[in-house]
Amino acid sequence: MHEQLLLGWRQYRLERRMFWRNPSAAFFNFVLPLLFLAAGGAILSGNQHDLDKLVPSIAGMSVMSTTFTALAYNIVFLRERGVLKRIRGTPLPTISYFGGVAANAVTNTALQIVIIVLAGRVLFGIDWPPHVGALIVFVVAGVVAFAALGVAFAHVIPNFESTAAYVNAVFLPVVFVSFFVVDSSSAPRFLRTIADALPLAPLIRGLSGALVAGSGLGGHLDALAVIALWGAGGIYLAVRGFSWEQSRT
Amino acid sequence: MSDGEAAIEVGALCKRYGDYEAVRGIDITVARGEVFGLLGPNGAGKTTTVEILEGYRTRSSGHVSVLGHDPATRSIALRRRIGIVLQSGGIYSHITPREALAHWASFYPHPRDVEEVLELAGLTAQAEVRSRKLSGGQLRRLDFALALVGDPELIFLDEPTTGFDPEARRAAWETVRSLRALGKTILLTTHYLEEAHALADRVAIMKDGRILAEGPPGELGTGAAHYRVAYRDGDGELVERDTEDPTALLHELTGEALARGERLQDLSVARPSLEDVYLELTADA
Repeated sequence: MHEQLLLGWRQYRLERRMFWRNPSAAFFNFVLPLLFLAAGGAILSGNQHDLDKLVPSIAGMSVMSTTFTALAYNIVFLRERGVLKRIRGTPLPTISYFGGVAANAVTNTALQIVIIVLAGRVLFGIDWPPHVGALIVFVVAGVVAFAALGVAFAHVIPNFESTAAYVNAVFLPVVFVSFFVVDSSSAPRFLRTIADALPLAPLIRGLSGALVAGSGLGGHLDALAVIALWGAGGIYLAVRGFSWEQSRT
Repeated sequence: MSDGEAAIEVGALCKRYGDYEAVRGIDITVARGEVFGLLGPNGAGKTTTVEILEGYRTRSSGHVSVLGHDPATRSIALRRRIGIVLQSGGIYSHITPREALAHWASFYPHPRDVEEVLELAGLTAQAEVRSRKLSGGQLRRLDFALALVGDPELIFLDEPTTGFDPEARRAAWETVRSLRALGKTILLTTHYLEEAHALADRVAIMKDGRILAEGPPGELGTGAAHYRVAYRDGDGELVERDTEDPTALLHELTGEALARGERLQDLSVARPSLEDVYLELTADA
């Protein structure tokens, strides 16, 4: 147990070091959400009601991009390059490896949430999060669900060249539908139904409750349940279909 | 464990993928400290066999023991004692050989010194270079280094020099020889005859999932097999005859030739080389 933790910690430190050495990954993780926030803020300038919706939406998107998108990319890349297969042949325990990889994703998510909260406070004058406990619960639930879904989704992606197409085919529609539904009360009913069944819109509502609206955890238990269901399904699929090496066909 | 225990024991090993039988009942025993070569054309089942021994694949049937463990159980205790050089195993783009080796060393209870392994693999000069900037040959040396840093007793080398230029191949051979001198057991697959001949104490020739011949590379084919007597007949045609008793055949041939008042041009008696045996065994019928 102690040794597994120690090896997981070492894997985590290696993942962090590699993350900072890969400028494009660092850019997508930290600069892109800030750009979204700045652009949205410029458009919505002066409209506090909409700004209050923008910040949780960007936060939700960041959770998805640091976990779902980043892990799908990483797993496919490492699988295709044979890194996963090589690791599989060493005594590094599987739990330590994935613990380190997951902790790396969690760190990125946490850093982003902090950046977004700070930017919301500094740029748009939004108050400090009224429900920090609810914020942590929703971020953790979102990270678990989207990380598992990202690993599971990697099974479907045939090779690294097609990763961007596969990931964006999921990421962009989910983000658009969720943003639209959360932002607009006039969204068509069927679209609302779809978005609320997907994990991102519930996550944004939960984050909204924690960051601005003030309703905390209690008012969003249904949203938490949807995220948890996606998380459970994601973990099942991630573990069941996991492949350590590229199929040769 | 006793010295008498073999490093690898394989009995009646079979591997099926659906209807396709990749490995069809092979037996292998590799003694401790031995360099064993698995030789054969592409698609012979070499990699499937090795990957079953490494724990990457599960067998369909048969018995397998690697350092006393069943590799299918994927025990960490076994993986601490083996080193694997895959046919194509990648490494993270953004770390240096020194960092990779230090990280890998932390997986093992008694790792070798990182600097020493860098030197052994000839990577001291590249120790601080990010791996994405290393050449193909340097990456292959890093493969060796990563497999050795845990100080394994048994090392699997799956086609370790495929794609190497002659100089790099000689260097890799020297590394293998130095590992052998350290008493390591090595299982090597290759489709280069020369490599099997240069490195292996014993060779098994594999084709279509079966082992066709096995023995020390210098003796393969000389046991049960034959001598080849060759000469040119009166029309200048090359005649080759295989025999287990060259004395009698030569007596017969020379007797007939002398009786006709002819000479046997280019007469030779040869024992088949590893290459002859290999080509004959692996030729498509």
